[in-house]
Amino acid sequence: MSSHHESILREPLITGDNITYAKITDDVLVPVENKPNKAWWIGFTIAALGALLWVFSISYTFWFGIGAWGLNKTVGWAWDITGFVWWVGIGHAGTLISAVLLLFRQNWRNSINRSAEAMTIFAVICAATYVGAHMGRPWLAYWALPLPNQFGSLWVNFNSPLVWDVFAISTYFSVSLLFWYTGLLPDIATIRDRATGLRRRIYSVLSFGWTGSVKSWQRFEAVSLILAGVSTPLVLSVHTIVSMDFATSVIPGWHTTIFPPYFVAGAIFSGFAMVQTLLLIARKVLNFENYITMFHIESMNKIIMLTGSIVGVAYLTELFIAWYSASEYEQYAFLNRVSGPYWWAYWSMMTCNVISPQLFWFKKIRTSVLASWVLSIVVNIGMWFERFVIIVTSLHRDYIPSSWAMFYPSIIDVTLFIGSIGLFFTLFLLFIRVLPAIAMAEVKLLVKSASHQSKKQLIRENKVDKEQAEFYLDSLTKYDSVPESDTQLAKI
Amino acid sequence: MSNTKYILAHFEDPDDMMHGIDKLQENNIKIYDVFTPMPIHGIEAKLGIKRSRLPIAAFLFGITGTFTAFSMIYYMMVYDWPMNIGGKPAFAIPNFVPITFELTVLFCAFGMVFTFLFATHLFPGRAPRVMDLRATNDRFVIAIDAKANPYPEKINDLLTEAGAVEVLHNERKYVSYE
Repeated sequence: MSSHHESILREPLITGDNITYAKITDDVLVPVENKPNKAWWIGFTIAALGALLWVFSISYTFWFGIGAWGLNKTVGWAWDITGFVWWVGIGHAGTLISAVLLLFRQNWRNSINRSAEAMTIFAVICAATYVGAHMGRPWLAYWALPLPNQFGSLWVNFNSPLVWDVFAISTYFSVSLLFWYTGLLPDIATIRDRATGLRRRIYSVLSFGWTGSVKSWQRFEAVSLILAGVSTPLVLSVHTIVSMDFATSVIPGWHTTIFPPYFVAGAIFSGFAMVQTLLLIARKVLNFENYITMFHIESMNKIIMLTGSIVGVAYLTELFIAWYSASEYEQYAFLNRVSGPYWWAYWSMMTCNVISPQLFWFKKIRTSVLASWVLSIVVNIGMWFERFVIIVTSLHRDYIPSSWAMFYPSIIDVTLFIGSIGLFFTLFLLFIRVLPAIAMAEVKLLVKSASHQSKKQLIRENKVDKEQAEFYLDSLTKYDSVPESDTQLAKI
Repeated sequence: MSNTKYILAHFEDPDDMMHGIDKLQENNIKIYDVFTPMPIHGIEAKLGIKRSRLPIAAFLFGITGTFTAFSMIYYMMVYDWPMNIGGKPAFAIPNFVPITFELTVLFCAFGMVFTFLFATHLFPGRAPRVMDLRATNDRFVIAIDAKANPYPEKINDLLTEAGAVEVLHNERKYVSYE
């Protein structure tokens, strides 16, 4: 029920005074209904140049084949698969926020799910381009589908994790897109009903004719809940299957049963870091401080800390199991990882992923916008190194020392990676210009129960225990969007 | 007789709107529909709208996906062209699980969402049948069929008493066809 009030002890999810339903619509639609500001143009220009670099690099790769990359006969997978796994992992946070947190009824997801899901979709697009490019002959990509023999091949081998991956990634992408777009319908209708002329017509088509009647909301909620229910095991299955690309092989360093949970934790870890990177800037530039509050930032930091610790435990377990296996190849693979020619990559990974998130135990760091942003970048870098370490260090010294080699990226390797980041940001920047970056309908649900103003009202009316009110006000000191006068009981 | 087709009551607060629904129902005034900018729980019960059967559809689509995937893989790997891979059995059920699962999710999600869109008459290009433009923004709107419910003045008073900020008497059903 809308009249439901939550405990005063819970921190508010919406801050600011005079938050009405109309104000939420107005605030969220500022970037959509107005001409972009300078900051957007600067960001977009840089991102679009990056995307152009990507177009060039991918075309070059398609034209000359994957010989354009720095691969050699020992290291056959390197930056491409690193990039693929990195991007897929980043995508996982969006589904985690939109699906898992919905099942757990975590209301703080309401204001970040939309942009996180958009991020998922763009990240999976970037990942898919790597797979496409890595095929070498991307025009034959349909060979991965179960098509009959007339195409000149047998059925695909359903025992192969690479085939599972084709199904997993394409299901993940299309179901995420469906989830995202279904959630967008009411918000697109809001834009439609405020727009005029051509804009109205475009948003009218996109809104599918949504009206917000009782029956449509009822069905909408049923659909959202079930999509969340099926997306939760789906997101876990995707990175599990990605990890099986490695784990079911017999390469020392890859052939470990710990991979599925370890990859899933790493994916959530890197995904939340990327959400943090994007949202800390978006909330500032788009003035969303009242909707994406310090509570949201702190909660995400806590998840980063938790998943970072899980990843850390996984690294140590791997080392222990390598020693405990008593297999000399296994032991060497890990000894080589830690102290071989790629020691710097291993220790960068360890520092960025295991040590740096532990800083979030300090409340000061966890509630600082700047520190959170810097650490989110550090985690992104660390997670890239993780995939690089797993892939390249396991391959570069195989069983015969005469074929040992090092991997040196070619210029196309580098530009393809930088370009894919450009592509990602271009898509994200276009998204915040044409679609609401915050799920308006869902945030409106929180106004009466979880907003600072409604809680302030309760305190003013003496409806809550004084001690509890003081506890609540104390918790507001970390908020950068709450003025100091609002944190003292005497001044309320 | 007036030309009013629909009476629309605007509320600023969902609780007031719920109160308005109660008031109307106490007076035996039939509500045509209610339009809200966000899902409000409890209206369905008041208006006597049955529980959605979409979860059942979702289950049936999901199970269709399960059987489709499993029989497809069985046909290809065991029946049509069994391959000898290191002497391992062709009918390797554990290896069939991941794709069977993925297709279950795929069928369930797409089947359910398309059923939802079909049942609710939502598709790209459909002319939105909007009765009030603010119902997707900040107003909670109760629509009453004026032809079926006489005494518009009484309805007006009831709604205003319940907290409606505005009561419109519209001569057209939809405002979005201009």
